[in-house]
Amino acid sequence: MDLERQKKAPLYRALQEFRRQRVVPFDVPGHKRGRGNKELVDFLGLQCVEIDVNSMKALDNLCHPVSVIKEAEELAADAFGAKHAFMMVGGTTSAVQSMVLTACKRGEKIIMPRNVHKSAINALILCGAIPVYIDPKVDTKLGIPLGMETADVKKAIEENPDAKAIMINNPSYYGICSDLKAIVDLAHKNNMLALVDEAHGTHLYFGEGLPLNAMAAGADMAAVSMHKSGGSLTQSSMLLIGEGINEGYVSNIVNLTQTTSASYLLLGSLDISRRNLALKGKQSFAKVCELADYAREEINEIEGFYAFGAELINKSSVYDFDVTKLVINTRGIGLTGIEVYDLLREEYDIQMEFGDLSNVLAYISIGDRLQEIERLAGALNDIARLYSKPTGDFFCAEYVTPIVKATPQEAFYAETEKLPIDQTIGRICAESVMCYPPGIPILAPGEMITKDILDYINLAKEKGCSMQGPESEDISELYVLK
Amino acid sequence: MAGNDMEFWFEEMHTNNVKMSIRVNQHLYSGTSEFQRIDVFDSPEFGKFLTSNGNVIFSEQEEFTYDEMIVHVPMAVHPDVKRVLVIGGGDGGVARELSYYKEIEVIDICEPDKMFVDVCRKFFPDNAIGLEDVRVRIYYEDGLRFLRKCKDKYDLIINDATDPTGHEAGLFTKEFYGNCYKALHDDGIMVYQHGSPFFDEDEENCRAMHRKAVKSFPVMKVYQANIPTCPSGYWLFGFASKKYHPIRDFDPKKWEDRKIKTWYYTTHLHSGAFMLPKYVEDMLIEEEKE
Repeated sequence: MDLERQKKAPLYRALQEFRRQRVVPFDVPGHKRGRGNKELVDFLGLQCVEIDVNSMKALDNLCHPVSVIKEAEELAADAFGAKHAFMMVGGTTSAVQSMVLTACKRGEKIIMPRNVHKSAINALILCGAIPVYIDPKVDTKLGIPLGMETADVKKAIEENPDAKAIMINNPSYYGICSDLKAIVDLAHKNNMLALVDEAHGTHLYFGEGLPLNAMAAGADMAAVSMHKSGGSLTQSSMLLIGEGINEGYVSNIVNLTQTTSASYLLLGSLDISRRNLALKGKQSFAKVCELADYAREEINEIEGFYAFGAELINKSSVYDFDVTKLVINTRGIGLTGIEVYDLLREEYDIQMEFGDLSNVLAYISIGDRLQEIERLAGALNDIARLYSKPTGDFFCAEYVTPIVKATPQEAFYAETEKLPIDQTIGRICAESVMCYPPGIPILAPGEMITKDILDYINLAKEKGCSMQGPESEDISELYVLK
Repeated sequence: MAGNDMEFWFEEMHTNNVKMSIRVNQHLYSGTSEFQRIDVFDSPEFGKFLTSNGNVIFSEQEEFTYDEMIVHVPMAVHPDVKRVLVIGGGDGGVARELSYYKEIEVIDICEPDKMFVDVCRKFFPDNAIGLEDVRVRIYYEDGLRFLRKCKDKYDLIINDATDPTGHEAGLFTKEFYGNCYKALHDDGIMVYQHGSPFFDEDEENCRAMHRKAVKSFPVMKVYQANIPTCPSGYWLFGFASKKYHPIRDFDPKKWEDRKIKTWYYTTHLHSGAFMLPKYVEDMLIEEEKE
């Protein structure tokens, strides 16, 4: 990374320049610098509304960048160590989908962990590729999915030598990382692309002592959620490509679904954030790590909570751990993570990132201060004092190997019918059945329903797991393919 | 020193539409700590006064009101205070009032901002003298963090924090009240700044504080004082207690016998301070029903 060059922010500068020019707008958007929509200006402020403009010569065009956006993307590529970086305005969802659509076509196979993000499955519906799932392993005590073991990836490759790509989460929502380098190398040795979902991993490119990032591991593509740990506006994201990928082809794929009226608020925020990350990222994330470590220490002193960290690392299913993720297991106070999530919001005015049946997740970022950490620790302490219950049995579902009979695309467009669940054995499921914990699907559209699977659903339900996905909430019925 | 012919004023917005101005003789100090910007001014009307992020925290001419009311009210109710925790209070005014009570054994002060204490020591020696009492121990720590580690430890907790939106925001939360409850003995009392109820934009903070405190303590009463530099000059305090009632358990004779010299607090005023205007009473009752 060329630090001197990273001081530039060409798109941000062009927007500031544009603000000074007082150009008369006879183009869209129709609010014309806010003049036509006073409430909007009152709500967002003139500073914001007057740079909500359309593509024009001085501000370049995201669909086909030639000037300031092009330069901003080159700077981003340099900052992330990529061959090229695409600024994205349709969220990391669009970046993930662009990766999948670039890598495979209808009928081709893609290897992915079973706990892959919904956006990747939706991409399969769009392109018609066939998923080959890998057991992400589960920590049944904590009730969370872990990472793919390299041996399992190897086995999947041997069984599916015709697969075009492998998708890897780096890290997962819970901060868990697989052995990225080994998996990327395996993929390349077998002529497959390595696609990395780094929706929760922007900081891995800039902080020190954090897990390996996709570009450093030699991956072919990575979807990086700048708006999460990177500090840009919600919905802005970055798609990175490595040496082996054709930039022009990816650009065509991105433009298939991306808007032709990209928001300059989002693009400007990406340029500013990239500069901040490049120039100050090291210090910023050192502070984030310090805050998260402090929070873990303090929370672990409260009886009944367990904020887990690097001690989970086992060099296989947990190859590495992202210490900026503050996940707190709540089972020891007899409450579910969802209950603690609700208490924090309703009683303590604290909004957590999410809660599942056994954990709550606090997103610690460059915007956090020690005083907010103290509030969280204070509130958890108070919750333990006031709301603790006797701890009950805890059951976490295990991995159920799916039998893929139809592609997600075929299942999506197929004629379906609703049947009582005990009559669905041997049929192909049209819905997805998610089981919490650990939040991994037992069934996904296109998969064969077997007696073993139904027995397992019953067992998990009996043990208190929560099943989500099907239209019938008690899972008494399922939609199947006709 | 500037003469009165020079128009040199400190101004503080009390609402978007109301502003307080104090004529300034001299700007004595300005500094920024990790937590706040601190300024000290000298003025003809209020003497020296200290501001945090542009808000007056106290002045020489009126601090007695506040320091007396937050100390003597609970001290005249609780029959036997031995251990006191002051959260905030780095200026020493509260500690000074506490130091008049011989039965107190420990005065712990938890103040996150050392710079605040240093500035007060330098410019407000009449307050800071309270910090010199041998029973005082100062902890430069976050209040919530300090409390988290305390259980059944204090007879009285005084929350001296004033601003529910700044760096002390954590001291106006349910977790704060809950952690105070835990840190107090079974008959402990907590008193705190309850803000000013008059202007609309302060009202919600005032309501929220009451809502949270009522849920945390079995006895929860509000009392008032007149403090000129506060928004509308009118200020409330909260009296949250596990056992003692501020009027029924009030022992005026015992307090009078101590012969403590005051300028604001009297045993007559003690009971009167709990008699609130109707609009304040209505507001509090509404929140209690929540």
